[in-house]
Amino acid sequence: MPWTRDQMAARAARELRDGYYVNLGIGIPTLVANHVPPGMSIQLQSENGMLGMGPFPWEGEEDADLINAGKQTITTLPTTSFFDSAASFGMIRGGHIQLSMLGALQVSEKGDLANWAVPGKMIKGIGGAMDLVAGVGRVVVIMEHTAKGETKIVRECSLPLTGSGVVNMIVTDLCVFEVGPDGLILVDLAPDTSLEDVRANTEADFLVALQ
Amino acid sequence: MSVRKIHSSAKAALADILRDDMTIMSGGFGLCGIPAVLIDAVLESGVRGLTIISNNPGTESMGLGKLFKTRQVRKLVCSYAGENAEFARQYMAGEVEVEFNPQGTLAERIRAGGAGIPAFYTRTGVGTVIAEGKPLAEFDGKLYVQERGLKADLALVHAWKADTEGNLVYRMTARNFNPMMASAAALTVAEVELLVEPGEIDPDHIVTPGIFVDRLVLLDNVDKHIEQRTVRRRAAVVEE
Repeated sequence: MPWTRDQMAARAARELRDGYYVNLGIGIPTLVANHVPPGMSIQLQSENGMLGMGPFPWEGEEDADLINAGKQTITTLPTTSFFDSAASFGMIRGGHIQLSMLGALQVSEKGDLANWAVPGKMIKGIGGAMDLVAGVGRVVVIMEHTAKGETKIVRECSLPLTGSGVVNMIVTDLCVFEVGPDGLILVDLAPDTSLEDVRANTEADFLVALQ
Repeated sequence: MSVRKIHSSAKAALADILRDDMTIMSGGFGLCGIPAVLIDAVLESGVRGLTIISNNPGTESMGLGKLFKTRQVRKLVCSYAGENAEFARQYMAGEVEVEFNPQGTLAERIRAGGAGIPAFYTRTGVGTVIAEGKPLAEFDGKLYVQERGLKADLALVHAWKADTEGNLVYRMTARNFNPMMASAAALTVAEVELLVEPGEIDPDHIVTPGIFVDRLVLLDNVDKHIEQRTVRRRAAVVEE
């Protein structure tokens, strides 16, 4: 049975380490915040200018001046700091954030990432994704394995790239790949998912080293 | 007390500066920390052919979105434009020119523009369409792309509190692009929610020093909007 969105987030949360500063993208990556192991100290960065992002506010306590990068209302924590966008991306581009988790349209076996544009469709823009994948030490993609029956894990990305050779790990509803120097390595499978299921839904070649 | 920088309204603060075809930086992230009242004054002035530098183009009916509705914008320099249907229509029809930047590149270009740095190198965008046509250089074995500093004729910013000298303090995530933009334009106008006397803000807490702020407008009512209202529901009170 494939992992649900929440189970994918829980699996990705196993990549968190105590003391990490982490940036979580919009969608499934946001759910990773619900799976931080008890006792582990993680500070979440929001690229619009905040470190130490708290949960959604209680109803009636929303503040228009306090939002995350998805423009959702959020709250502060005792550890929170605010800063401008240049300082925020200085953190990201300067390599001070340890882990970035984000969604993707396609990932190649070389770790190329495409997640911002589909030719012929309205291009909404890049946002902070190119900065995150270029500047953050470890990049974990969390996404559905396929879209409309088409594999999203490919030999070469056909969509415009967000970054070249930037992805370290892919967590899908079927499995987990590490991106090694020689290509993809299958390291984990969702329950009742077979190697054949993964092969049938993956264009890229991969080695198998289940942990 | 100096009142040299204080203007009675957004209209008065912008009257002698607005002209067709000028380049305007406008602070904010989504609708958070946008100079909404100054944007309204640009709208009412009717100037056209504007180049707007802003992280986002507002929504269809709010912020910079209003200037797209009235066709006052010729070109938008931004990082993300996903929440404005009228802008999307004009963009797809080729009626407005758009330059997409990675968000960190946009922020740094503005910071550089304000700091007298004409160009800088970054890893962001290397190997993507963003780097096409731009000089590349290798430093310490890694490839970087050159990006140019950005300047504007006018910067419109929103701050929470100012003193009459123009020293500014922002509130939470409403800071975003405002401080860099204040530094990167020939003339900067700040709309503020509170105006105090010099000395009333601890100098250690000032974010934008007054040297970057030419004109101030005190807002008489502040109307802020939330794009994505996300809340935790309180557990219902059980009555015994």
